[in-house]
Amino acid sequence: MPKKLLLEHIDVPSIETFETYRRHGGYASVEKALKTMTPDAVTEEVKKSGLRGRGGAGFPAGLKWSFLDRKSEKPRYLVCNADESEPGTFKDRYLMEKIPHLLIEGMITASYALGAKTSYIYIRGEYMYIVRILERAIEEAYAAGFLGQHILGTPYSLDLYVHPGAGAYICGEETALLESLEGKRGNPRLKPPFPAVAGLYAAPTVVNNVETIAAVVSIVNGGGDEYAKVGLGKSTGTKLISASGHINKPGVYEIELGLPVEEFIFSDEYCGGIWKGRKLKAVVAGGSSVPILPAHLILKTAKGEQRLMTYESLADGGFISGTMLGSGGFIVMDETACIVRNLWTFSRFYHHESCGQCSPCREGTGWMEKVLHRIEHGHGHMHDIDLLVDVAKKIEGNTICPLGDAAAWPVASAIRHFREEFEYHVKYPEKVANPKHFELEPFRSERLELSNA
Amino acid sequence: MRFSEETLALVNKIIRRYPEGKQKSALLPVLHLAQAEFDGWLSPDVMDYVAGLLAIKPIEVYEVATFYSMYNLKPVGKCLIEVCQTGPCWLRGSDDIVHHLESKLGIKVGETTPDGMFTLKTVECLGSCGTAPMLQCGSKFHENLTTDKVDTLLENLKSTNQRTSYMR
Repeated sequence: MPKKLLLEHIDVPSIETFETYRRHGGYASVEKALKTMTPDAVTEEVKKSGLRGRGGAGFPAGLKWSFLDRKSEKPRYLVCNADESEPGTFKDRYLMEKIPHLLIEGMITASYALGAKTSYIYIRGEYMYIVRILERAIEEAYAAGFLGQHILGTPYSLDLYVHPGAGAYICGEETALLESLEGKRGNPRLKPPFPAVAGLYAAPTVVNNVETIAAVVSIVNGGGDEYAKVGLGKSTGTKLISASGHINKPGVYEIELGLPVEEFIFSDEYCGGIWKGRKLKAVVAGGSSVPILPAHLILKTAKGEQRLMTYESLADGGFISGTMLGSGGFIVMDETACIVRNLWTFSRFYHHESCGQCSPCREGTGWMEKVLHRIEHGHGHMHDIDLLVDVAKKIEGNTICPLGDAAAWPVASAIRHFREEFEYHVKYPEKVANPKHFELEPFRSERLELSNA
Repeated sequence: MRFSEETLALVNKIIRRYPEGKQKSALLPVLHLAQAEFDGWLSPDVMDYVAGLLAIKPIEVYEVATFYSMYNLKPVGKCLIEVCQTGPCWLRGSDDIVHHLESKLGIKVGETTPDGMFTLKTVECLGSCGTAPMLQCGSKFHENLTTDKVDTLLENLKSTNQRTSYMR
C-alpha cells in the first residue's frame, strides 16, 4: 500500500466531525507539541522533514518559518493560503471539505511553533460552502479546548478565524492575499520586505498553503526524520495530486513523491489511463502555469530516463524539455485536444486575473489572449506565432509578482513543443472553423509523416 | 437602508475577528453579506452604507468592489448561473454546457432573461476540474454536468423561485 500521511482516514464515515477525527488519532500533534516540545523544536522538525511548500513554489517550509522575525514586538501571524485557484488544482478543497480538522490541527500546531496568537485561514470566496464546514470544525475545536485560552491547560492561547475572499486568483500570491485580508484590492506588494518581517498589518507573518500546514501534523507526530524517509531525495513526503482532463478516473490522489509519471497516468490505482481508449497527447503537470509537455517528454526525460513525480525529475531538462511539479494540478490531454484552444483558455484566464498593476502583465496577457483567439479561430498569420513568443518573453521576469511568469510559460512552452499545430491553424482556417476540429480528426504532424515516408 | 438586526450582529462579530482599528479587514466578508441581503448586487448606496458601518471612505469600498469578480455591480437575475470555462472544464465539454444554457434560456452569456429569473455568466476556474464540467449557482457546485442535469437544475430553480446567494 502506498504511504498515506494526509488522506489515511479520508473515507472514514463522519471524519469531518471532531469526535470521529479525534478517535482516529486526531489532535495528537497539538498535544505532543504543546506539552512536550518548545516552539523552536517544532520548527526544527519541520526543517528536518524537508517539507516544501505545497502551493506551487516548493520553497522549504521550515526555512520559511525560520525567517520569521522573532525579535519584533508586534504580534506574529500565521495565515493559511486556501485561495486555491490555479486551473487544474482542487486538492485543498477536497482536504478541507472531507477532513477539515486536519487543517485546523495543523494550524494550531504551526501557530504554536511560530508564536502566533491569532491565525487566519484565507479561503477563496467561491468555496463559501467550505467556509461553513471549517467554521463548524473550529467551533468544535474551541468546545474541546483545542482553541481559545490556555489550550489543554498550557499557557498557549490561540484564536483561529476563516476569512473568505471574493474571486481573484491573484490573492493566492501571498502579499496580494495579505492586502486582501486587510480589506484592500489584491495587488501584490513589492518585496522586500518579505511577509516574515512585515506581513499582515506590517507584522511578522508566515503564509502557508493548506496542504503544507496539514503535512505539519504527521511531521510532528512521527518526527521530521521519519517524514524525510518518505519520498525521493529532496522531494520528501507525500503530495496531493489533482488529476483532471481526459483520463478515466479524475480526482485527488495522495502519492509518495517519486512515483513514475507513467504509473500515475496509466495505473488503475490513480488516473486509470486515457479515456475512451484514446492516446495520450500532452500533460500540464503542475497547474496551468507550468510548461506543457508532449507525451514522450512527460513519460521520459530528454535523456531517456523515466520521468518521476518529484520536484527534480519533472524539472529535468529545464524549460527546454522539462516542467515543474507546481501545485500538483495534473491536466491530461488526449489526441483530440487542441493545444491552441486549450492555451487560449489559459491566456484568457491570466488576462482576466491580472491585477493590472504592472504594464507588461496587464497589457501582455490581453495581447496574448487576443492573438491566440485569432489563431484558434482561423484568422491568424504566421508571424503571430513569433509575436506570441515575443510578448511572452517581455512579460517574463518583468513584473512584481509571478503571475506574469505564470501567464508567459504556458504560451512559450506550447509553441516550443507544438509549433506545427499553431502553423496548421494559420494554414488551414477552414479545417479549424469547427471548434471541435481535432475531435473530428486528431491533428497529425505533416513533418513527421514526411520523415516517416 | 439598513441590515437586519441579525446581520448587524454578525457584522459586529466579524469585525471582532481583527485587531482593534483594523476593521477594514471585515470589508470582503461584509460585502458578501450586503450582496446577499440587498437583492444580489452592490449598488452605490449599499457600498456607501458599508463604508459607514466600517468607518472607512466610500472610495475604499468602491475600489474593492470593482476588483473582485464575485461582487455584482449591476442587478442580476434571481438565479445567477456561473459556468466554468477554463481549460480543464473545456476539455470535458464546458462549451456544450454553455451552448445548451444559451439555447435553453434564450440568452447569451452575460445576459439576463426578460423575466429577470436567470443571469448566465462564464467564470474562470472554480477548482472543480476533477468533476468537470461544472457550474456554480449560489454557494452550490453542480458537477459532472450533462445537458440533462442542466435541465433538471433549471426546473428546480424555477419551481423554488428563490434568489440564489453565496451565503446560503
